[in-house]
Amino acid sequence: MSRLQVVSGKGGTGKTTVAAALALALAKEGRRTLLVEVEGRQGIAQLFETEAFPYEERKIAVAPGGGEVYALAIDAERALLDYLQMFYKLGGAGRALKKLGAIDFATTIAPGVRDVLLTGKACEAVRRKNKQGGYAYDYVVMDAPPTGRITRFLNVNDEVAGLAKIGPIHNQAQAVMRVLKSPETAVHLVTLLEEMPVQETVDGIAELRGAELPTGKVIVNMVRPHVLDEAAVRGVTGDRRKEVAKTLTRAGVTGSAKLVTPLLEQAAEHAERVELEREQRAALGQLGLPTYELPLIGEGMDLAGLYRLATELRKLGVGE
Amino acid sequence: MTLDAAEPLAIDPLLDDPGTRIIVCCGSGGVGKTTTAAALGVRAAERGRKVVVLTIDPARRLAQSMGIDSLDNTPRRVKDVEGDGELHAMMLDMKRTFDEIVEAHADPDRAKAILSNPFYQSLSAGFAGTQEYMAMEKLGQLRARDEWDLIVVDTPPSRSALDFLDAPKRLGSFLDGKFIKLLMAPAKMGGRAGMKFLNVGMSMMTGTLGKLLGGPFLHDVQTFVAAMDTMFGGFRTRADATYRLLQAPGTAFLVVAAPERDALREAAYFVERLAADDMPLAGLVLNRVHGSAASRLSAERALAAAESLEEPPDPADASAENPAENLDDRRIVDQEAGKAGDRGSSDSSPHAVASDAHASNADVSHAHASDADAAGARAGIDPDQVGSDQVGPDREVPDQESVERLTAGLLRLHAERMQVLAREQRTRDRFTALHPEVPVAEVAALPGDVHDLAGLRTIGDRLAAGGPPAGAA
Ligand SMILES: Nc1ncnc2c1ncn2[C@@H]1O[C@H](COP(=O)(O)OP(=O)(O)OP(=O)(O)O)[C@@H](O)[C@H]1O
Ligand SMILES: [Mg+2]
Repeated sequence: MSRLQVVSGKGGTGKTTVAAALALALAKEGRRTLLVEVEGRQGIAQLFETEAFPYEERKIAVAPGGGEVYALAIDAERALLDYLQMFYKLGGAGRALKKLGAIDFATTIAPGVRDVLLTGKACEAVRRKNKQGGYAYDYVVMDAPPTGRITRFLNVNDEVAGLAKIGPIHNQAQAVMRVLKSPETAVHLVTLLEEMPVQETVDGIAELRGAELPTGKVIVNMVRPHVLDEAAVRGVTGDRRKEVAKTLTRAGVTGSAKLVTPLLEQAAEHAERVELEREQRAALGQLGLPTYELPLIGEGMDLAGLYRLATELRKLGVGE
Repeated sequence: MTLDAAEPLAIDPLLDDPGTRIIVCCGSGGVGKTTTAAALGVRAAERGRKVVVLTIDPARRLAQSMGIDSLDNTPRRVKDVEGDGELHAMMLDMKRTFDEIVEAHADPDRAKAILSNPFYQSLSAGFAGTQEYMAMEKLGQLRARDEWDLIVVDTPPSRSALDFLDAPKRLGSFLDGKFIKLLMAPAKMGGRAGMKFLNVGMSMMTGTLGKLLGGPFLHDVQTFVAAMDTMFGGFRTRADATYRLLQAPGTAFLVVAAPERDALREAAYFVERLAADDMPLAGLVLNRVHGSAASRLSAERALAAAESLEEPPDPADASAENPAENLDDRRIVDQEAGKAGDRGSSDSSPHAVASDAHASNADVSHAHASDADAAGARAGIDPDQVGSDQVGPDREVPDQESVERLTAGLLRLHAERMQVLAREQRTRDRFTALHPEVPVAEVAALPGDVHDLAGLRTIGDRLAAGGPPAGAA
């Protein structure tokens, strides 16, 4: 598996959740993963029910079987200051720039610059070595911006090319680009089996491909089991209804006569949804990408649910 | 004992009131703001008003069905709207809106310089708030044209519902920022004087930024800032004007939310924020709420019943109504026997039940691909999902067993539905407890997406009916 796993997808489809589950799944047998977020929302802290992180990598979870998950909320301003300090020993000037609002300005007026700093930090973590000469992290998983912005976000080179034509930011962009376009990176898109997210996924994959960024998997999230299909439901008329009512009664349900109609209505809605999902699956199938399906956690998401998703991902072969 | 104290939100009076001039649909992303805005537009137009709907990022098929997928940044009349009113709709093109402002407020040469500047291009396409700002700008423009008596606005799919209120200010304070002033100072004050006044700051900064970004970067920034200079005042004035427009009595905010924890938390923030900013809140639209006409059957009982049907049939006991070993079921039956009436009722009016079903099934618009599927109707279980130990691969299952499977499936679906209902109810109660004063309209979830006028009308009807779907409350 690629060492930099980028997780994007339409807003609200479960990017943060899936990224976290993926980081847990990859932290197998003593491996170490870093989960990074880039949008300054402290989504990871919320998910793991911990306090907001300071700007540092810290251990947030032990994976099933003993690996470790670290997390970092990357902040563009801090990344820039670190960077100035690291390469230019510009600590003081950095602070002055900050006071003037210059950093705010630069990262605002030129989002490409901010993106270079964010992706740059992630790439630095990917390449970082430990004292023994191995990689500091086996995998870096990024909770990335949504599908609509992911290509621009990752395609930093193009973004800053018009702005910073020479100089360190330019060089940094080039270095980042080499990692992002290599097989070391995989960009996954999370989707639901609904029209809008699937459409966005199809468009997003086309854009990623157009920019020659490495596409990974389509991760279908919140999949609900199919209990009954449409044909079965529509088959229930006349005498068949009576049989259903009798069967309900036999199973201990009282007042079953009045329940048959609403239960069948619900089943018809279910069947309709199943049909729509079939269409959406077919649309995703056309993309020619491997697909993972993750179940809907009916009780709502919490740590237990997150570990369950991680287990599902391992069953699907993540981290082999 | 329920917290259903929230009064229902009366949509039609709001739409019919000629004093209502602007309706803003806001809320966090993915909750159905665009659909709600479009549905309100259709309904208001069909009730006789001359309406324009400003949508942001509509689903492609929805945009096509309204004839606004061409992205020319001006309202188009929507065909097939019934009644005396008119519906116009448009889809926001944020970059184009920004370009138009530049063109309208700068002389041609300056406009050209701005439009081709890489910083302008980056800002107009990517500033984290440009879309919000441009939505408000467009609203101001539509209002100024005064061609419509009602404007319905959708808001950008922000991660936070508050973004679009803050964006204009953010852009304003950004343009007012110390750093921009600093960059412009040399130009304004004739170079040297400004530099001297700002002493260390500027030279150190020019040096650092130049080092970091390369010389041309800074040059581009300075030209851009200088070119934009004359327009800055205009941006702020208009942002302020739009802000006041949002506080005016003719404006009504509808907060749209799905009955989910995150969306309702955002909605609560937004309600508080509107109050703090003196902006008039009409109510909360709770979208995609689930109901059940069978809500008296609890999830637990439905599951227990499903399990009892799924147990391997005991040949010795095939016809027994209550297998003796199933103590759980026994208990349920015993409890219920007294109040819920005799079991014979299941046979007493089968015809009434059947015709009922036909009537109400007709309401559910089926999108079946082919009726041929129905031919294989018997087995009733999706073979993809059920192990072969449950359904023979050849589907040659005995009829009795297939009814049991089918009924168990119905019960399982119902249990799932009841769990959803319970979860939605909890999140909703939490909101109502925080904000009992906010009127609420609930819109029952449709099984599929909405992408035509008929679908929008259905949503409009549900909005106007306002109350919770059966069993939801
Ligand atoms: N498999 C799942 N089963 C049940 N709930 C889920 C599942 N995946 C995600 N969720 C829930 O869906 C909601 C959205 O998930 P999440 O925050 O991960 O999405 P996101 O794509 O990161 O959203 P955003 O675009 O706001 O960043 C959360 O409440 C989360 O708990
Ligand atoms: Mg997220």
